[in-house]
Amino acid sequence: MHIEVTGLNKHYGDFHAVRDISFGIAKGRLIGLLGPSGGGKTSILRMLAGLETPSSGEIVFHGRKVVGLPPQERGIGFVFQNYALFKHMTVYDNIAFGLKVMKQSKALIRERVLSLVALTGLAGFEHRYPHQLSGGQRQRVAFARALAPEPQLLLLDEPFAAIDAKIRQELRSWLKETIARLGITSIFVTHDQDEAIEVADEIMIINKGRLEQKGTPWDIYKHPQTPFVASFVGESTIVEQVARLKGFESADARIGTRALIRPEYIEIGKPGEFRLASATEPAVVKQLHFRGSAWMVEAQVGELTLITYRSLEKETLHPGEEVRVLVHRAYLFNEGESWIMENGLKEDPMPVHI
Amino acid sequence: MRRLWIGLTYAVFGLLIVIPLARIAVGAWAEGWGGLSAAILRPHALHALGMTGLIVLIVTVLNTLFGVMLAIYLARASWLGDRLRRLVNSLVDLPFAVSPVIGGLMIVLLLGPQSVLGAFFGSLGIEIVYALPAMVLATLFITFPLMVREVLPVLQELGTQQEEAASTLGAYSWYTFWQVTWPSIRWGVIYGVVLTVARSMGEFGAVLIVSGNIMNKTQTATTLVYQDVENFNLLAANAVALVLAAVSIALLLLMEWAKTRRGH
Repeated sequence: MHIEVTGLNKHYGDFHAVRDISFGIAKGRLIGLLGPSGGGKTSILRMLAGLETPSSGEIVFHGRKVVGLPPQERGIGFVFQNYALFKHMTVYDNIAFGLKVMKQSKALIRERVLSLVALTGLAGFEHRYPHQLSGGQRQRVAFARALAPEPQLLLLDEPFAAIDAKIRQELRSWLKETIARLGITSIFVTHDQDEAIEVADEIMIINKGRLEQKGTPWDIYKHPQTPFVASFVGESTIVEQVARLKGFESADARIGTRALIRPEYIEIGKPGEFRLASATEPAVVKQLHFRGSAWMVEAQVGELTLITYRSLEKETLHPGEEVRVLVHRAYLFNEGESWIMENGLKEDPMPVHI
Repeated sequence: MRRLWIGLTYAVFGLLIVIPLARIAVGAWAEGWGGLSAAILRPHALHALGMTGLIVLIVTVLNTLFGVMLAIYLARASWLGDRLRRLVNSLVDLPFAVSPVIGGLMIVLLLGPQSVLGAFFGSLGIEIVYALPAMVLATLFITFPLMVREVLPVLQELGTQQEEAASTLGAYSWYTFWQVTWPSIRWGVIYGVVLTVARSMGEFGAVLIVSGNIMNKTQTATTLVYQDVENFNLLAANAVALVLAAVSIALLLLMEWAKTRRGH
């Protein structure tokens, strides 16, 4: 189902929870609403579902205006954060609920429920009650229940929040695969950037009720349009006086400029490891942290502390060691605008053409 | 020290409940089975017991219906506004705070033959005060908080998510109530019914004021006991009291049984 939202606003008393949000979602896409808690993501989801009425704005599903329609008539499936399973019904009855409401025949209901039970890997659990299931199983029941009436749009509110880290990983890939297989337009809310990046085709970053940016995870990482997006997605260090870094001297041209530098923008190594020694800067290793697949290095450059990673394959550094640091680029921003600046010294000043 | 407290607890329990109950049973049996049955089978005693039964039935049905409805509105109807809901919520407890006698008096003042409303209904030939309607109203007033106070916390504890889930699955409110909400509040409603029956069976003050205690017309079991005591007919008073006590105890045992059932 194609979704078009324009000028959506929601007030709760004096609190302006959702501010003038507009977006469009193509059929079959899996969208992640990402942002800090309390930013208005869930309100947007609930307005799409019809559980909340917008203060103003238009929501169009497949060419049909739905503001004012109750949730029952929107053709949606909703997976709640705490699953909201019917606790006095078995897994089978939970999944069959939507079909019974539609007054389907017993045989048809049975067929559909059993196929969903198989799809969600719940075979053998049909007669259990929700309290007899694990968190992951409950999540899958909620998912199967929402899918049973064949909705055109699936909405998921923090679907993995209440699940152990280990199982969460499995469920994420399972959910992504299943949704891709069914080809159903889906929107999920999360405050976990890894989750959004891993699962979503497209991410919408929501902060303080505003849509900061919409795009593929790669786009958002590569070309953040606001400082908030830059700092929220990926790891980063904020540097106040970026002009002190070698190769960024001209960054001071605009007043109030600050820089956001990601660990992956920085290369660290012994003096002999760099091809372009002139662009590097002396630094001292302040601390080393083992991060499973790499060393996280805190390097002291003058008064600045930069954070970066170093491969385990390279020679191990030691705290207090004198090293060289190469900052490839920085994401610069001031009050009004933001831009990306490459290290000015990275271009070989005397290229040798053969 | 601990034994002393336990002993004291049993003593109070015995003094307040067991001994009076035993005294009633013994008093009712003073002339054996014959005296007991004669006291209960007096025509006006049967009428009074029937009156109590009728009031209990009507009040329980009405209180269950409106109590559950009000609990749902207080828990769910956000369109009522927070302030109004809080006001109504505190008003629900008013009958607990006000003496039943005063509750009865309010009904007499509002609907009595001298009042505007009472005169209006009187002109239509409908008796309210000193007749069944006022007795039902008075008992309803006294028992009203019981159902709301049983069901409301269950509804609040339950939350709205299951009902919202039902709505996204296409179910409208009536279907959702019976399929999703009712199974969760059922036991709260059953407790509410038991408490309402027990309370309306035993109500005395409010009913005495609004009924006028007219023999064979508006006399209930409790007001009959009162009249028998006044007339020094202690055997009859004990006999009727024993019937009321027996029904109450049976009811409480039923509730205990229901509680153990709930665990399964």
